[in-house]
Amino acid sequence: MKFLSEYRDPAAAKAYLAHIQALVKRPVQVMEICGGQTHAIVKHGLDQLLPPDLSLIHGPGCPVCVTPIALIDKAVAIASRPDVIFCSFGDMLRVPGTKDDLFAVKARGGDVRIVYSPLDALKLARAHPERQVVFFAVGFETTAPPNAMSVYQAAKENLQNYCILTAHVLVPPAMKAILSSPANQVQGFLAAGHVCAVMGYEEYIPIAETYRVPIVVTGFEPLDILQGLTMVLRQLESGRAEVENQYARVVRREGNPAAQQIIREVFEPTHRQWRGIGEIPHSGYRLRARFAAFDAETRFAEVSTIEAQEDPACISGDILRGIKKPHECAAFGIRCTPEHPLGAPMVSSEGACAAYYRYRRHTPSV
Amino acid sequence: METPSELAFSCPVKKNQYDHVLLAHGGGGTLMQNLIASVFLPAFSNPLLNQQHDAAVIDLGGTQVAFTTDSYVVQPLFFPGGDIGSLAVHGTVNDLAMSGAKPLALSLGLILEEGFPIAELKRITASIQAAASRCGVVIATGDTKVVNKGKGDGVYINTSGIGIVPEGVLIHPRQVQPGDVVLVNGDIGRHGMAIMAVREGLEFESAIESDSAPVSDLVGQLLAAPVAIHCLRDCTRGGVAASLNEIAASRRLQIELMEESIPVRPDVEAACEILGFDPLYVANEGRFVAFLPEKEADKALAILHAHPQGQGARVIGVVRDASQPLVTMQSALGSTRILDQLSGEQLPRIC
Amino acid sequence: MCLGVPGKIVSVVDEDPFYRMGKVDFSGVRKEISLAYVPEAQVGDYVIVHAGFALNVIDEDEACQVFEYLKEIGEIEEQLRRSDEVPE
Repeated sequence: MKFLSEYRDPAAAKAYLAHIQALVKRPVQVMEICGGQTHAIVKHGLDQLLPPDLSLIHGPGCPVCVTPIALIDKAVAIASRPDVIFCSFGDMLRVPGTKDDLFAVKARGGDVRIVYSPLDALKLARAHPERQVVFFAVGFETTAPPNAMSVYQAAKENLQNYCILTAHVLVPPAMKAILSSPANQVQGFLAAGHVCAVMGYEEYIPIAETYRVPIVVTGFEPLDILQGLTMVLRQLESGRAEVENQYARVVRREGNPAAQQIIREVFEPTHRQWRGIGEIPHSGYRLRARFAAFDAETRFAEVSTIEAQEDPACISGDILRGIKKPHECAAFGIRCTPEHPLGAPMVSSEGACAAYYRYRRHTPSV
Repeated sequence: METPSELAFSCPVKKNQYDHVLLAHGGGGTLMQNLIASVFLPAFSNPLLNQQHDAAVIDLGGTQVAFTTDSYVVQPLFFPGGDIGSLAVHGTVNDLAMSGAKPLALSLGLILEEGFPIAELKRITASIQAAASRCGVVIATGDTKVVNKGKGDGVYINTSGIGIVPEGVLIHPRQVQPGDVVLVNGDIGRHGMAIMAVREGLEFESAIESDSAPVSDLVGQLLAAPVAIHCLRDCTRGGVAASLNEIAASRRLQIELMEESIPVRPDVEAACEILGFDPLYVANEGRFVAFLPEKEADKALAILHAHPQGQGARVIGVVRDASQPLVTMQSALGSTRILDQLSGEQLPRIC
Repeated sequence: MCLGVPGKIVSVVDEDPFYRMGKVDFSGVRKEISLAYVPEAQVGDYVIVHAGFALNVIDEDEACQVFEYLKEIGEIEEQLRRSDEVPE
């Protein structure tokens, strides 16, 4: 595929790996923010090929992993209603809530459907005026423009039977939370390429300056990640702490103004709970007051009181902050597997724990 | 009859023991294996069933007769490249072929939903007969039942089949040896993605058609050459990865694949990229993996390449001794990853 | 987040800026994609697509940057190596 396959070229990868080998002279820890980057690293085995002194810490860039358990319970409650068609990205369907996941609701007869885009859910709403169509709008900033547009169009058309259950989360507050933790060991970041395609990267400049960390906006293919790492390492070597853009074919400094405009119209920042981490101020989006009619928590007010507890054995908070690795968890691979996950990083195919389990659990030194 | 509008994905597995049947129990993954092992095998245990290959091979007065059964519940009933009828014939014929058997005859059991249009039934019937002719088999016996509206998905089909295994041929997972090479008879992932293309909520335009086709003639040619084949396994639900995991588990061996040799068409690869699928786990209906001694590989490839069902055939891996069953794949970059068995089916993702 | 796939716009339906749709081709697979966020994009442009939306037009000039950077740092290291070898 054009603009994809070229960035998997083995010869160029080996050349980058040689440069990385030469640049790593002492232990260094770099965090990749995005779950998609974690997936690429583990799928292509990039971490196996890096020098042992370079540690990759998998960050909390997986909306599946960080969606609070209470929100899953709310989704389950809404999807169980006979008048509802509940639409979601596939990722969310197996995330365990307190008792059930959305697939269990489907098994009991709930109308739960996987869609590729929120526009597909909107199409269903137009085609089925007699049913309530609810879209599970999770994601980072990358998915906010699609979700916002679905609400924008619904409002324009005065659709009475479409709403979203939203739990958008934002990257910069999460990065600051990680960097300000006393246990932080991250020395450089690969920032999330598609998030920055939407939002640009200006908001990372003060973070780089304040916390003195290199931040390189990075793509998702092997060469992108290897180049991103090279750029971080070169900054560390010369004592710089700047924001650089590895993913320039997609990301511009100012991001996408049209997308940002619709996000601003439809959403506003709010405090958000991050599963396994806790509340981070101003770290999410919620619908603005004038779009409240499209908020599932307003339309189905009975779910707003739902609260939930995490499984105490799950150390996903430490995993998501990069303080521990999956195989250091007592439950990893024993009580907690993809077949019976205790926490979200084991559920999502991007989650650090699932990635480790699927690809690496037989390797003794991870 | 309701038009299929929602995705019938298998549901995931949270635990291993359930009180009720889940969709995942039909997914071809670990939960289905658990169901078979915990409910059916203990109840029915006998030497024939315990062979646990695609078909049971019964010795009838010196003749090896292969006997198999399969049921078809695909939605939608008509899809690019086929329909439930042709699928039902090819699938059972191929199960017989996986034991090296020349297929002879099929039974056809239909469960029809009240209200199903006869015109569509005629279409499916014509398709079944066309497929049977193509495979050189007859529909020898059949049965029809009708269930109340709402109790069936239009049509469910069961086909059972018998065939004769040539004398001296023994094809079974237990024949697999360290040092064997693994071949696949063509590019992978077409059937699963052809179905995705027509699923509401995910649909896309493409030239991708199901690869549903009989491979019995091709297997027959390989055996007649003769090529020494240790094992064959078709790669239906769960894809190539599921079939290899089953063989590795039954023989406690390691199967090591080379990523660069896995054949995937560009449009199938693109469809997988868009939905977040791995082609190795996508269903096929005309593809099998073959395990043979390395010295037989060239002979086998020559025969495969000359046959319509084998044109994209490649060596994709090798079997090694191992302390635990494992399927691994070496990437073009030189790293290794494990190809695990999934618990249910792959789901489209955005993350 | 972030499953973004590159595809080529093969046709555009330009009704209203918020409903601007295009047919995008991905190696022979075609899907209807919203172009609302790439008003400047035209037939023939490559875009990065996520959840049914084109998020940005791919800058074809920058696309070689990954390989140019590699060449650049290769040259720098070669220079450093040569200057190390120069006898005193």
